[in-house]
Amino acid sequence: MSGSLFERVGGAAAVEAAVDLFYRKVLADPKINNFFDDVDMDEQRAKQKSFLTVVFGGPNHYSGKDLRTAHAPLVAQGLDGSHFDAVAGHLQATLTELGVAADVAQEIMGIAAGTRNDVLNA
Amino acid sequence: MAAIAFRGVEYECRESETVLDALLRQGVALPHSCRVGQCLTCVLRGLDGLVPPEAQAPLRETLRRQGYFLACCCRPQSPLTVSLPDEGAIYARARVLENEPLAPLVWRLRLQPAEPIDYSAGQFINVRRADGLSRSYSLASVPGQDAALEVHVKRHTGGAMSTWISDDLKPGAEVDFQGPNGACFYVPGRPEQPLLLVGNGTGLAPLYGIARAALAVGHSGPIHLYHGSRHAEGLYLRDELVAMATAHANFHYTPCLSGSPDISGCRPQRAEAAAFADHADLGGWRLFLCGCPPMVTGAQRQAYLAGVDLADIHADSFTLRELRTEPRP
Repeated sequence: MSGSLFERVGGAAAVEAAVDLFYRKVLADPKINNFFDDVDMDEQRAKQKSFLTVVFGGPNHYSGKDLRTAHAPLVAQGLDGSHFDAVAGHLQATLTELGVAADVAQEIMGIAAGTRNDVLNA
Repeated sequence: MAAIAFRGVEYECRESETVLDALLRQGVALPHSCRVGQCLTCVLRGLDGLVPPEAQAPLRETLRRQGYFLACCCRPQSPLTVSLPDEGAIYARARVLENEPLAPLVWRLRLQPAEPIDYSAGQFINVRRADGLSRSYSLASVPGQDAALEVHVKRHTGGAMSTWISDDLKPGAEVDFQGPNGACFYVPGRPEQPLLLVGNGTGLAPLYGIARAALAVGHSGPIHLYHGSRHAEGLYLRDELVAMATAHANFHYTPCLSGSPDISGCRPQRAEAAAFADHADLGGWRLFLCGCPPMVTGAQRQAYLAGVDLADIHADSFTLRELRTEPRP
């Protein structure tokens, strides 16, 4: 096993392969899709892509503060741990569907879990 | 070193420096976030000069055609003139050629611009009255096919602009307009691709233009147009659309009535419901959705979940009163 996580998962091409799978799962989930109403879908898809780039260990310029600021209005609307877990579940399912190796997937899920407090403004 | 002209000022762009870095370095507060071509926050519009293709790659084709690009991915090789996406709202003059009702509450307004404008069927213009009141109207006309610009105006009771247009604006009068704007239009190419056009109310206007533009360039795949209205009088241009379906074997027109008893030849449901019922598998299709926001937003999500590529879903949501500016890509 060598190279960065981003290289091992397949880089930008992996993000591109994952983004529609992931975003469709999130949008189809009635537990969380109300948080995605009234938004520009292109913009939202771009955000999912940024998120996947972060958790895939890719180049990004987002800080914990950015995540907090971006999610603060959603937390005010009731975003809580159950919603975070639902999104994490869709991420896990996306990785499984793409055939990402178990150890790589675990590393990715670990990075995602690390954003929990910032996303929930905890 | 390439020069970047922005808001009338020339800035230097160093070798291998991006437009974003060059403008930020020289004190221009340009909106930006990820800097790696993902968040689409730093979108600019190239007005003159050559934008490298990689700076446009992350954007959808309708935006690329209008010169939009990402400042964070743009390393210009030659001088560029750029603007913010919503700048350049320059008004031009047009003369009213015709203003006639197409239906009890829908007016067809034909405008002759003082200077010809370069647009694509399905885009919209902002029409401005002398006192500054402005509204957005989608173009139903097709460049090269219709000499005048055509818009369809729904008369809203108490609507300042629409009552003025329907009651007071006469042929020969002059109005100001700005445009074209918007990214909901037909791009030639992939002629076999099936097209699904869904609109309600005067959302028919851009779709009428898009369908005729596609047929004019020989689009050979099926083109399905669903037009919805609550009441029968809202289904305007029916004769023209039936004639188009007769003339073109690949054009199909389905009028839909959601709030009236069954009327022969019309589907008793909303346009988007009829469209999705008829076409369960939309993989590989191109969609155009125009009309009231709940229909457009709902249909866009439903189509995406049905497997349509987001870049193949073109939406124009009609918001009342507010003057739309360029939608963000």
